[in-house]
Amino acid sequence: MRKKICAENIGNETQEKIKELSMQNVYACYQCGKCSAACPATEEMDMLPNQVIRYLQLGMDEKVMEANTPWICASCLQCMSVCPKGVDLARIMEAIRMIQLRSGKNEISIREFDDEYRKRAPQIALISGYRKFLSLS
Amino acid sequence: MKYPYFPGCTLYTKAKSFDEAGKAVALKLGFELEELEDWTCCGASFPLAEDYDIALSSPTRALVNGAKVGDKLVTLCAICHNVLKRTNNVMKTNPERREKVTGFIEEEYDGSLDVVHYLEILRDEVGFEALGEKVEKPLAGLKVGAYYGCLLLRPADEMQMDDPDQPSIMEELLVALGAEPVDYPMKSECCGAFQVVHSDATATRCSREIIDSAQSRGAELLITACPLCQFNLEDRQNEMKEEDTGMKTLPVLYFTELLGLALGLGEAMLDTEKHFTDPKPILASHGLVAADAEG
Ligand code: SF4
Ligand code: SF4
Repeated sequence: MRKKICAENIGNETQEKIKELSMQNVYACYQCGKCSAACPATEEMDMLPNQVIRYLQLGMDEKVMEANTPWICASCLQCMSVCPKGVDLARIMEAIRMIQLRSGKNEISIREFDDEYRKRAPQIALISGYRKFLSLS
Repeated sequence: MKYPYFPGCTLYTKAKSFDEAGKAVALKLGFELEELEDWTCCGASFPLAEDYDIALSSPTRALVNGAKVGDKLVTLCAICHNVLKRTNNVMKTNPERREKVTGFIEEEYDGSLDVVHYLEILRDEVGFEALGEKVEKPLAGLKVGAYYGCLLLRPADEMQMDDPDQPSIMEELLVALGAEPVDYPMKSECCGAFQVVHSDATATRCSREIIDSAQSRGAELLITACPLCQFNLEDRQNEMKEEDTGMKTLPVLYFTELLGLALGLGEAMLDTEKHFTDPKPILASHGLVAADAEG
């Protein structure tokens, strides 16, 4: 599908919110792609980490909100470690998750974990998972 | 020497041996971990959203309680360490957020506490040379891969423990214990972390790459400081073996378990019940534990 890039869209409310939550300036990024090269989770992502930033630069936040990428991100901080421009992309991913979680989205359902799994999994997996994927976090 | 100590939730249950071996080793090396009288879960992830002050309140309370009884707070769990150290950094460098959070929990705190990982105590206070002299059961010939994962090392400017790309603190420890550290490229790559409760395929694939990388360089065993990495790396092996029945399994121990064994504290240091991949056969083949009667 064709998407139009409109100057009026740049800096809309969602993008401002992402900026406020992440404290990152997407325009600092010059699209070198190092973050995507370093990211361990791109195989399961439908949009590369540097593309998330590119869409935000172009004012196309709706593309980013539809992507699975922020939900596959493991907050491992490889991207921010290698970025030559000092962009903390893990914070941008968190902001995109937060905006959706705060409007009530639940990315996982606790009920789907069976008793055996709940017993087997350590607290640290469940709590950090709940923090990242449930709306009450 | 007594240090205030923050164990965290998982070290109370699933990673008990990490905690117990850590405390026993400390005594053997002449220091003591004194658990904070009052602590709660750190939240298990540092909040990366700048306005999420409420998530800083529980780690800040732990820091406040630590500062009341000492100038250092020791941690073992890599995630607790990351959360507490990064929260402390916010307290130190961001007066506006500090005021909000300390006001909310009705405490005063300025970030003066030093959040220190147990490994740093070994390196900087005990010293690896002095530690080496206390080794009773050298791990001679045992090829061990040190697995660091993400949060012990990153972000480097805040964690300040070691070089995130070329870390060496655990290799130095292994050398002191007489083991053979195995250098492999994936030692500070991500195991998939909390994705295990969401995209378990990611956790399985990431963990497999780490295991393959370590095994290709000859590792017989991995050590880690993170209960989430430990869980992913071991538990995911069940899935891996379903896909690839010929796969050679790789036990993953907490570094304190191996340390306890080398210091002569015996097999009680290993909680073999809790390990999904039994470390005993490989340890027995090096004469470090008794071989199982039935094995
Ligand atoms: S590494 Fe930094 S500058 Fe390069 S594409 Fe990624 S965010 Fe942009
Ligand atoms: S923090 Fe997320 S986006 Fe960045 S490298 Fe890790 S998984 Fe990829």
